[in-house]
Amino acid sequence: MQRHDLATDDLRSLNAALQAQAAHTNQTEWEVLNPRGAHAIAVGLDAPIDVTVNGSTGYYCAGMNKQARIHVTGSAGPGVAENMMSGTVVIDGDASQYAGASGHGGLLVVRGNAASRCGISMKGIDIVVGGNVGHMSAFMAQKGSLVVCGDAGEALGDSLYEARLYVRGSVKSLGADCVEKEMRDHHRAELGRLLAAAGLDHDPGSFRRYGSARQLYHFHVDNAGAY
Amino acid sequence: MDDTPRTLPRYSATLTPEVMSEIRRAAATGIYDIRGGGAKRRVPHFDDLLFLGASISRYPLEGYREACGTGVVLGSRFAKTPLELKIPITIAGMSFGSLSGQAKEALGRGATLAGTSTTTGDGGMTEEERGHSAMLVYQLLPSRYGMNPDDLRRADAIEIVVGQGAKPGGGGMLLGQKITERVAGMRDLPQGIDQRSACRHPDWTGPDDMEIKILELREITGWEKPIYVKIGGARPYYDTALAAKAGADVVVLDGMQGGTAATQDVFIEHVGQPTLACIRPAVRALQDLGLHREVQLVVSGGIRTGADVAKALALGADAVSIGTAALVALGDNDPRWEEEYRALGTTAGAYDDWHEGRDPAGITTQNEALAARLDPVAAGRRLQNYLAVLTLEAQTIARACGKSHLLNLEPEDLCALTMEAAAMAQVPLAGTDWWPGKGGM
Ligand SMILES: Cc1cc2nc3c(=O)[nH]c(=O)nc-3n(C[C@H](O)[C@H](O)[C@H](O)COP(=O)(O)O)c2cc1C
Repeated sequence: MQRHDLATDDLRSLNAALQAQAAHTNQTEWEVLNPRGAHAIAVGLDAPIDVTVNGSTGYYCAGMNKQARIHVTGSAGPGVAENMMSGTVVIDGDASQYAGASGHGGLLVVRGNAASRCGISMKGIDIVVGGNVGHMSAFMAQKGSLVVCGDAGEALGDSLYEARLYVRGSVKSLGADCVEKEMRDHHRAELGRLLAAAGLDHDPGSFRRYGSARQLYHFHVDNAGAY
Repeated sequence: MDDTPRTLPRYSATLTPEVMSEIRRAAATGIYDIRGGGAKRRVPHFDDLLFLGASISRYPLEGYREACGTGVVLGSRFAKTPLELKIPITIAGMSFGSLSGQAKEALGRGATLAGTSTTTGDGGMTEEERGHSAMLVYQLLPSRYGMNPDDLRRADAIEIVVGQGAKPGGGGMLLGQKITERVAGMRDLPQGIDQRSACRHPDWTGPDDMEIKILELREITGWEKPIYVKIGGARPYYDTALAAKAGADVVVLDGMQGGTAATQDVFIEHVGQPTLACIRPAVRALQDLGLHREVQLVVSGGIRTGADVAKALALGADAVSIGTAALVALGDNDPRWEEEYRALGTTAGAYDDWHEGRDPAGITTQNEALAARLDPVAAGRRLQNYLAVLTLEAQTIARACGKSHLLNLEPEDLCALTMEAAAMAQVPLAGTDWWPGKGGM
């Protein structure tokens, strides 16, 4: 186990050490102490290592992650796992705005609640939130799945493309071009897989699915009010 | 026959035939006019400035003997490996998607031969441009299409796009005709749809967040690469100051004449300030922070000639960037395709329906047959030639002003032809030692 204490080591040396790990590194277990809300912790990683951040992080923890499994035991600030490509990021607490923004792949699990714009512009990432998500979540979401075990705030899935949204609780309102869709078997199977990966045992049958009505895919004057 | 004299038919200066044709088009379609290119209306521009040249008090450099340097370093503030350009003219970000792969390759080839950088665009990095560009700037745009850490690491610099001169405050658009399988794949979108891209970044708002975003990008890339911030010509003083304060190495400032791949005409023509009006406030912002020259300023929007380059530098820019003019050098709007332009209802020199993807010159298209018309090697050579001419022209002027480096040009070398230009550039109206607002407002 490699340990970095941000009370004494600086951010640059932490990230440099984590980024230096190659695919076949033997140093697969890392622990970060005293993050104290620092920004950009464990960003740009590209190796199958396990990083545990003991505490809460500031902006962009695990940004652009590839391969690494990053676990934050506290809460995460804005933009956690932004533009993630692959790997897994787990937040035990809550996540602030833009969690998983524009993520291209991998799995982000927020055990608590996520604030507004969770999954904004997502492009293939899967996001599972144990609690609620705030307004404008999955705004312009392109690909991937957002699973919300609690409630969703206003304008869920506004202007969304092909991402799939699953919500167990209530949805305050749907955004432009977002509609409820039928849950088919393969959706339930996908949802079951995501819940299992996140360590949650909700019944997939207790969720509703939302997706794009695809009415805004071609500009038309009669849709002007929705743009 | 009635021989009463008749007045000539008279067109309104307000409702011109052009305006009326647009009203009819709007009424028929119910959608605003979308087009490529920059503002077509006349606004005060570099043409409204003149150089004074040398005199008794300032002596010139010998044209063909005394050196006039052209090199410029971008990104020296914080980046470990700044870009060392041979000429102070870069190729602006133009997306693959809006441009063909061949056009991107040609831009890379021409820029590389000229010793300068080129820039990706909305839609990600292609092999064509990475492979053929010795120095490639990678844009981080609100859409984040194709954004990934591997390309970030293989870029030579990173440009955070906050705005564009053609549409400050606007997002991108690429219409379905150009969303081919390859473009759709790079953008993670369904093929053939009209793509709307966001105008705000998904994971930050405001200058304080941007500072943290810059920190993250530096941490991901080991503090090696210069970080540029590109702004549209909206509030150049504050935007430049805020970008510099957020930690930018370079500020790219794009005035309203700057080109675009596809934007509403009303946006292109009515939002943003002319390039000429943006430069002095941006320079003043850097000077007020003690950062002029330490944070480099790159100016774009309507740069066409070596005179434009020299004037932008004289007003305090460290370099300029070109988009549309580079496309023209590749072959855009060439009269050799006149017959085909006519068939599209336009004429060479006026063709701006770049969003439709039917470009006869094969540049603003994803149609394979059209794109194959552009030979990237020959087009790259034309761009190299054009960049050489811009540089020689700027040097000619700089030597005449007694300057041994293009960056030594200064506002004192200029006068203005119009009151507007004098006010915007803050150089004296020709024949006077005065400009509107001189000595405080
Ligand atoms: C075809 C085309 C595509 C463009 N795509 C982008 C883009 O993807 N990102 C961006 O920041 N600017 C884009 N621009 C704007 C240019 O980067 C640049 O700001 C502008 O072209 C400069 O003005 P000029 O065309 O008068 O030289 C594009 C411009 C053109 C002409």
